[in-house]
Amino acid sequence: MKPGPAARRPYVRPMTGWWRRDPYFVRYMVREATAVAVAVYAVILTAGVVSLARGEAAWDHWLAALRTPASIALHVVLLVAMVIHAKSWFEIMPKTMPMILVGHRRLQAKTITRVGWAAAAIASLLVTWLAWRWWT
Amino acid sequence: MKRSHAPIFWLMFGAGGMLAALFGPALVFLTGIAVPLGWLHPSPLRGYAQALALMHSVPGKGAALIVIALFAWHAAHRILHSLHDLGVHAGLAAKLACYGSATALTLVLLSSLLWLGF
Amino acid sequence: MTEARAWPEQVEIDVLRYRPETDDHPVWQRYTVPFDVDMSVLQALQHIKDEDDGTLSFRWSCRMAICGSCGMMINGNPALSCKTFVRDLLPGPVRIEALAHFPIERDLVVAIDGFVKKLESVKPYLIPEHPRALSDGERLQTPEQLEHFEQFSSCINCLLCYAACPQFGLDPEFTGPGALALLHRYNADSRDAGRAQRMAVLNAEQGVWSCTAVGYCSVVCPKGVDPANAVNQNKVNSAVDYFLRFVTNRREQS
Repeated sequence: MKPGPAARRPYVRPMTGWWRRDPYFVRYMVREATAVAVAVYAVILTAGVVSLARGEAAWDHWLAALRTPASIALHVVLLVAMVIHAKSWFEIMPKTMPMILVGHRRLQAKTITRVGWAAAAIASLLVTWLAWRWWT
Repeated sequence: MKRSHAPIFWLMFGAGGMLAALFGPALVFLTGIAVPLGWLHPSPLRGYAQALALMHSVPGKGAALIVIALFAWHAAHRILHSLHDLGVHAGLAAKLACYGSATALTLVLLSSLLWLGF
Repeated sequence: MTEARAWPEQVEIDVLRYRPETDDHPVWQRYTVPFDVDMSVLQALQHIKDEDDGTLSFRWSCRMAICGSCGMMINGNPALSCKTFVRDLLPGPVRIEALAHFPIERDLVVAIDGFVKKLESVKPYLIPEHPRALSDGERLQTPEQLEHFEQFSSCINCLLCYAACPQFGLDPEFTGPGALALLHRYNADSRDAGRAQRMAVLNAEQGVWSCTAVGYCSVVCPKGVDPANAVNQNKVNSAVDYFLRFVTNRREQS
């Protein structure tokens, strides 16, 4: 009997639920999900600008809404999401940069991440100081 | 191979993401928690006139436009790609929903900032 | 004082089998293999094939993590079977499956035709600025120039990064981490002048723009290539190319 090539019938496995299969992928999806918090916050701030443009009554209404327990709770969630965003952002930032040689040694990824965190710390202090100065 | 137009949206995603990483936590904390709870100043919140003065200034308008709009464009790009990750095809409908929303928000913001006057 | 660890006599190995001539879909099959403290997963598979079931099909060659043949999913992680030790997977059973995101040809053998085409598409060879004659002598490079591309030349085409990449899993047309890392290897080589010829591959939707920086590819790479870095730094290059093409066009027209 003359041997011949067996018929190729490759089997393609489905991708459904792929991100649930590994903790690394779950963390990735959590990182991506922080975008929802950024979107929600952008909408809240836009509502504030629109309220300001509509007049004092609308502005006070927006401020009152921010003082409700529901809003405070929401902003705690948004804050957690923003911190997760910042942490994962500075961790992935070195991957987008080309190799930088300082002297003869390579600039390490963790150095770049730490510079990012330092910049965030300075930016946070700056914003807080500006808010304090404007408020008092 | 056809050239992708992703760079436009990716740059805005990157700029918005950087702003959110640097300023996001502090802004959310201040506007959403510290100020409403009176931690920054015990007296009632800043009045309408003061807020108006801030938004009349060009730096005030600029900061508001850049930060809020780029937050929206960052989120739109990432959510579009997350939909793809969850099995929703990133076709024209999904792109219109995501980038369209960011466009709408930017236009609303821009028109309010201009309506506020100088 | 530490006691000698009690190693088991045997370990169970579960393999996802698939025989295209008889199976509608893959099925799990359990084997029992005598355990040895220095046994690799590859050796376990070889024992099964030699002693229990000669029909079990899998790729392997060098047994020392340099040929890139023996990539497979071991307990859900992309790994080289010659470099993965059974003692680290105890008590078992050890679950072995063909590399994720690739069509299964048979058992642990996947179809890699697409990947070979992608390798060809990135022009993986030095494209010098001017043709060189033998009499021109050697091309000299400083250690710094070597540093810029050497890491990316370490790729052994094992495809673990493709098995790790969900974007490739969702879209098999994505050029992918391995091929793009190789592309970058040549762009980063000071002897090469072919960057412009490789831009089309980078700039396409299936080029760098399918990547969402999951980063798992670099985690699983057995050679420290860091394909995530190769792909993501080229997003910047592709974006610059996107916006500067109008500038270049105008220059060409005048």
